[in-house]
Amino acid sequence: MTVPQLLRYDGRPRLLAGWLGTGRAASLAEHLAVNGPLPLDAVRGLIDTVTAAGLRGRGGAWFPTGRKLATVAKNGRAAGGSHVVVNGAESEPAAGKDKLLLGAAPHLVLDGAELAALAVGATKVTVCVHRGTGLARAITAAIAERARAGWGGAAVGLSITVMEPPRWYVSSESTALANFVGGGEGKPRDVSAYREGVGGKPTLVSNVETFAHLGLIARHEADWFRMAGTAEAPGTALFTVSGAVRSRGVYELPVGVTGHDILRMAGGPTEPLQAILLGGYGGSWVSPGVLAAPFTPEALRTLHASPGAGVVVALPIGACGLVETVRVAAWLASQNARQCGPCFNGLPAIADDLARVTWARDRTALERLRFRMSMINKRGACGHPDGVVKLVDTALRVFGPCVERHIFGQGCAGLYRPPMLPVPAPPSPNEGWR
Amino acid sequence: MTRSGTARSGSRATTQRLHVNMIECDGHGMCAELVPELIGLDEWGYPIVSSEPVPPHLAKHAKRAVTLCPMLALKLVERNRR
Repeated sequence: MTVPQLLRYDGRPRLLAGWLGTGRAASLAEHLAVNGPLPLDAVRGLIDTVTAAGLRGRGGAWFPTGRKLATVAKNGRAAGGSHVVVNGAESEPAAGKDKLLLGAAPHLVLDGAELAALAVGATKVTVCVHRGTGLARAITAAIAERARAGWGGAAVGLSITVMEPPRWYVSSESTALANFVGGGEGKPRDVSAYREGVGGKPTLVSNVETFAHLGLIARHEADWFRMAGTAEAPGTALFTVSGAVRSRGVYELPVGVTGHDILRMAGGPTEPLQAILLGGYGGSWVSPGVLAAPFTPEALRTLHASPGAGVVVALPIGACGLVETVRVAAWLASQNARQCGPCFNGLPAIADDLARVTWARDRTALERLRFRMSMINKRGACGHPDGVVKLVDTALRVFGPCVERHIFGQGCAGLYRPPMLPVPAPPSPNEGWR
Repeated sequence: MTRSGTARSGSRATTQRLHVNMIECDGHGMCAELVPELIGLDEWGYPIVSSEPVPPHLAKHAKRAVTLCPMLALKLVERNRR
């Protein structure tokens, strides 16, 4: 009420503004016209500006970006150098926002990455993109376009390159990316990247959407950023909406809108819904009642969920939540890095238990599954096992009546429906980890 | 507890806890034999390590487990902030 008119969010998209007009990648000239020049004078004080803006990481953890920048800057000074990695690997099968953003507004993402590198004192930036999508070529071309125009980083001594990590789900985890960029395998490590990342140097690994927001914050200041979103989670965010909705796709909305608002943007449900998958494949199943809550980290935490990477999948009542979860859990189990015993033993075991519950009326498997989930949770070097546990645990809660029907062999209509959640073919044995 | 709980060794031990690097660990199970009070094994033989600080009377055993881990996967680390 007391907020001055000028400080109100106008409801227009920020990240996708240019793209929605043209439907293709913004050239440097178009980027300049929409967003203005690269604000190199904002580098000094940028960490404070980002902290004041309250930007939080959009890769899924919603960690305060300002604090991450400050930590890498400090550790980098002590270690004599640091590195910046732009995480656009997007191995989350139900997500499409990072690919869209890299394709639509490559220069905004690159601006954010270069400004962040200058702010933390890094001299090298590596952009990691999903292998085999053509994005590597597009981003390489965008970097060349900037060099020709004397735009930004290259002009002030930054080196910026593109890499394609392997397609494994865990390879887009921050320590795995840093390890891969440093010449190792795309497998997670036991030490955080901001302490010991690429080549042993402190490394800032952030999601492409986070860097794009940063590129705008440097231009428009903290108060502008805070016009959208909530006090605790300001700004807009990209949501990838799929499943039983009329218009599947990526939508940019202010943080704090409800699940109903997000589904309405996607044309609304095509059928009555029985559940929503939130955040990603290591996310949470929630009941449709949760759609009334604001989709913020704080509001969803009390409901055992998170906006995560902005994945929203609407599951209709005719589908079987257990069948969907078994397929995804088995795929996630196949995506482990063969490193941590509780993960490479535990994930196939719980996927197998859930399959027995779903297909073989096995009540002892249900008890074993619950025991094993409590056993493996939080015991890997990275959060991969915890994500699978969360997915399966919330499935058992949200699809409780369905679990009963399966165990007592009472039949489930959803068994005969084609599955809805996309499960990629496993990488070929030659995919390797490099 | 009282026997080794001198002020010198005691105050140091209470700030540390055990941490296993699961990537290095091969599940030999030596640690669970040496400090069963703090380390159990899961059904595949991998350690389940207590996140509590190492109590003074177990400090010596914890250090021995760290030294004798065949993969050098077990460490004593300063306790995380809560």
